[in-house]
Amino acid sequence: MKYNKDNYQQVVDEITPKNKMLKNCIMAFIFGGAICVIGEFINDSFVSWLGITEDEASPMTSVVLVGISALLTGLGWYDKLGKIGGAGTVVPITGFANSVVSPALEFKREGYVLGTAANIFKLAGPVLLFGYLSSFVAGLLSMAFR
Amino acid sequence: MNYVMSFLIGGTICLIGQIVIDTFKKNNAYLLVALVVTGVILGYLGIYDKIVEIGHSGATVPLLGFGNSLAKGAMEEASSKGFMGALSGGIIKTAPGVAAALVFGYLVAVIFNPKGDK
Repeated sequence: MKYNKDNYQQVVDEITPKNKMLKNCIMAFIFGGAICVIGEFINDSFVSWLGITEDEASPMTSVVLVGISALLTGLGWYDKLGKIGGAGTVVPITGFANSVVSPALEFKREGYVLGTAANIFKLAGPVLLFGYLSSFVAGLLSMAFR
Repeated sequence: MNYVMSFLIGGTICLIGQIVIDTFKKNNAYLLVALVVTGVILGYLGIYDKIVEIGHSGATVPLLGFGNSLAKGAMEEASSKGFMGALSGGIIKTAPGVAAALVFGYLVAVIFNPKGDK
């Protein structure tokens, strides 16, 4: 095909990938939902099999999910899931764990202290900073208005 | 029934996240920050607890639930310990998840080697 001024825009439109937003949204819904169902199963197991109260089971579930996600990231599987699931693998707490483990692995070659340890919060640091900052504000506001 | 609601609510929150990613095309870190701060705001307003009642793990597993825990922790501690509680409450409540991410993350980094892009 000849690339001239007239059909340039047409060629660009043909080559540019089609808007995959709908497909992305469906995959995000399925993956995100599935991860939450796994979380519910872990939570249920703690409550019904080990007799742990609901309030205590919730942080334990987070810890287990974080552990699973860290392991899958180490094996290189979580990133593969992420390519299919998109936001479905980013939004759950497993995505937060992935954002901690990924730079930790990536900077390993720069050493365990200045590489892994220094970069472990490279992506998750902003999340914690803004999270803690806004929770402090929420705490102050709850003292001021009650 | 809890499983169905977890799937629907969790899926919906992730779907909203996907729309945000596709619309703004920013680094995922922006999405994570936005989710946590939104979770804190919804937690402060008491709205998120109602979503948790309906969606169970579908609401607590996404990062919005992390924000909700932060806000609830800060508010609970603030009411009993005042200023120092507001400062530490959120961190105390979410410490297990963060510490787990650090500990497991470091262990994984020691055990595994990075997988190169294929």
